[in-house]
Amino acid sequence: MARPITSNSTPVLSRRGVLLGTAGAFVSAAAFRFPTPALAQGAPLKVGFMLPYSGTFAKLGKFIDDGFRLQVEQNGGLLGGRKVEFVQVDDESKPETATDNMNRLVGRDKVDVVVGTVHSGVAMAMVKLARDTNTMLVIPNAGVNEATGPMCAPNIFRTSFSNWQVCEPMGKVVHAAGHRKVVTITWRYAAGQQMVGAFAEGFKKAGGEIVEDLALPFPEVEFQALITRIATLKPDAVFAFFAGGGAVKFVKDYAAAGLNKSIPLYGAGFLTDGTIPAQGETANGIKTTLHYADNLDNPANKKFLETFKAKTGLDGDIYAVQGYDAGALIGAGLAAVKGDWSARADLVKAMRAAKIDSPRGPMTFNAAGNPIQNIYLREVRNGRNELVSIAGAAVNDPARGCRA
Amino acid sequence: MTIAVQMLNGVQYGLVLFLVASGLTLVFGILGVINLAHGAFYMLGAYLAYWIAGYTGSFLMAMVGGVALSFLLGMALEEVFVRRMIGRDHLAQVLLSFGLILVIDEVRQILFGKDVHSVAPPPWLNGSIQLTDVLSYPIYRLALCFVCLVLAGIIFYVIQKTRLGMIIRAGAENRDMTRALGIRFDKVNRYVFAGGIALAALGGILVSPISTVFPGMGDGMLILSFVVVVLGGIGSVAGAAIGALMIGLTDTFGKVFFPQVSSILIYVLMAGVLLWRPNGLLGKKES
Repeated sequence: MARPITSNSTPVLSRRGVLLGTAGAFVSAAAFRFPTPALAQGAPLKVGFMLPYSGTFAKLGKFIDDGFRLQVEQNGGLLGGRKVEFVQVDDESKPETATDNMNRLVGRDKVDVVVGTVHSGVAMAMVKLARDTNTMLVIPNAGVNEATGPMCAPNIFRTSFSNWQVCEPMGKVVHAAGHRKVVTITWRYAAGQQMVGAFAEGFKKAGGEIVEDLALPFPEVEFQALITRIATLKPDAVFAFFAGGGAVKFVKDYAAAGLNKSIPLYGAGFLTDGTIPAQGETANGIKTTLHYADNLDNPANKKFLETFKAKTGLDGDIYAVQGYDAGALIGAGLAAVKGDWSARADLVKAMRAAKIDSPRGPMTFNAAGNPIQNIYLREVRNGRNELVSIAGAAVNDPARGCRA
Repeated sequence: MTIAVQMLNGVQYGLVLFLVASGLTLVFGILGVINLAHGAFYMLGAYLAYWIAGYTGSFLMAMVGGVALSFLLGMALEEVFVRRMIGRDHLAQVLLSFGLILVIDEVRQILFGKDVHSVAPPPWLNGSIQLTDVLSYPIYRLALCFVCLVLAGIIFYVIQKTRLGMIIRAGAENRDMTRALGIRFDKVNRYVFAGGIALAALGGILVSPISTVFPGMGDGMLILSFVVVVLGGIGSVAGAAIGALMIGLTDTFGKVFFPQVSSILIYVLMAGVLLWRPNGLLGKKES
């Protein structure tokens, strides 16, 4: 006898039915756009953290989260005079589940604003959904140019950097140091190519020449062949972008091959950020550009490092600063609209016009929502990224392709 | 001169690949078990090296201790899990070893966190040799070549000249017939599996001073090991040696001369070899 597939007497939802329903809900969410819930002024602002709480970037996610909470605590548990509550989602730095995770925050948890994330691929999926559902989004790390370029929108902000922004000023620095022929090296993926591309743009504008553009597949770390190639080409200097384990290994291999004695190594700040303990002495003398340096001497940074240490017992870094500033930006917006998050037009206007006294120095925003900020030249000394000079003051990302 | 240096780079890379892949091909060839966790054991070896070297200050201790610990772990895993997988569907084996990857990763996360670490080579190998006016070559890399060659020699000796090796070869050739001749295969299985794990870990230990120790370092190695094993012929240690050297050289020269397509060159090589010899260079015919 054939088993009945459905039974009229028991109205149990089949798995397929649930899936269909869920999908339908998402589609309708996308089609009709969630109205921002008109909350009473007393209700807390619901902030959704979509950050990597596990995986390679877990420490970064934690620091961003801690930095944001520190900002709230310093304001007596309020942002712009309004209470705040948090919802956390672990994005695991996986682009393939990014849309689902974002949907959970926007659709199920109905958060007022999403703060995330570190990984650029995940961030792009979030940007897409934020545009479709008109959700407020603050990106506290991912530097992918498109987020405040072709994909820009009034409801999308960034409190970190764009890949272009942190590398373009380095071109001028390397040229001014007397280097004319430079080899670049990176992983062949979006972030690497955007960073190296921005450096090349700045360096060529200053009058330099890129002799060769070396690249290897992400996240491969067998550099020996390319290091031998650099020794053959004998450029005046090398510009590199790697991060994490790759950055450690590249810097060590570069020094082991003796190249650090004859060909100076420059890089994006990530080459020596959070990696110096493992790189040890081999990192000494490497010059990098970033929107932060460990020993920035301004009152905001001193206060930040002190309070962050008191709260977490750890030394704050750029990731914690970016989370801290995401809180400050939302606070500035809320204060301007007197806590009424639904006054979207005024809110966006106030946030775009926000002037934040960040630990990294003064920070404002361009029309695409990307920070306008100083880019610092740092050198690794005594196991720290110490400030050398300001490579570019108030650097503004060109926001290519942004039509908002 | 540059070509010679690149040749050296390629051979050195190939030798490390061989060391790791030899363990995989042995386990696959003898036990018939697909061990996806091979890369995880490679990572485990590197972390053991970091831990023991940090604790004792001696890289030699790290080598001995790391190999011993991973061998014991391999024996235990064989006893508890792997022996139940022999002769089972490949899917079940893949599931088991995938589970092992997750467990090893999580344990690593709990014990060592996610930071990148480095391991100091023994001080007497810490120098480098000047090759050209700007390029020098770390002595440790040369020593690594030498150690890999010695280990390859030992592996070949064991397999070609000893009784255990004879059993291993017989088992790879025809498992049922070997068993029918009264060979106690359970024991051999256990040693081969533990030996395979120890080889993966040893690869990780030896590489740790030049590669640094970080989460996920085994993932790329696992894929390359599989390419080497398939290229050389499943179960053939000599095939793995040839395959590993081919991959090492192809990868090195590919990166230098054809940078745009370097990432696919080794797979093109593998596809080409498989078209010519569907069972790999020295693989046995399907029975």
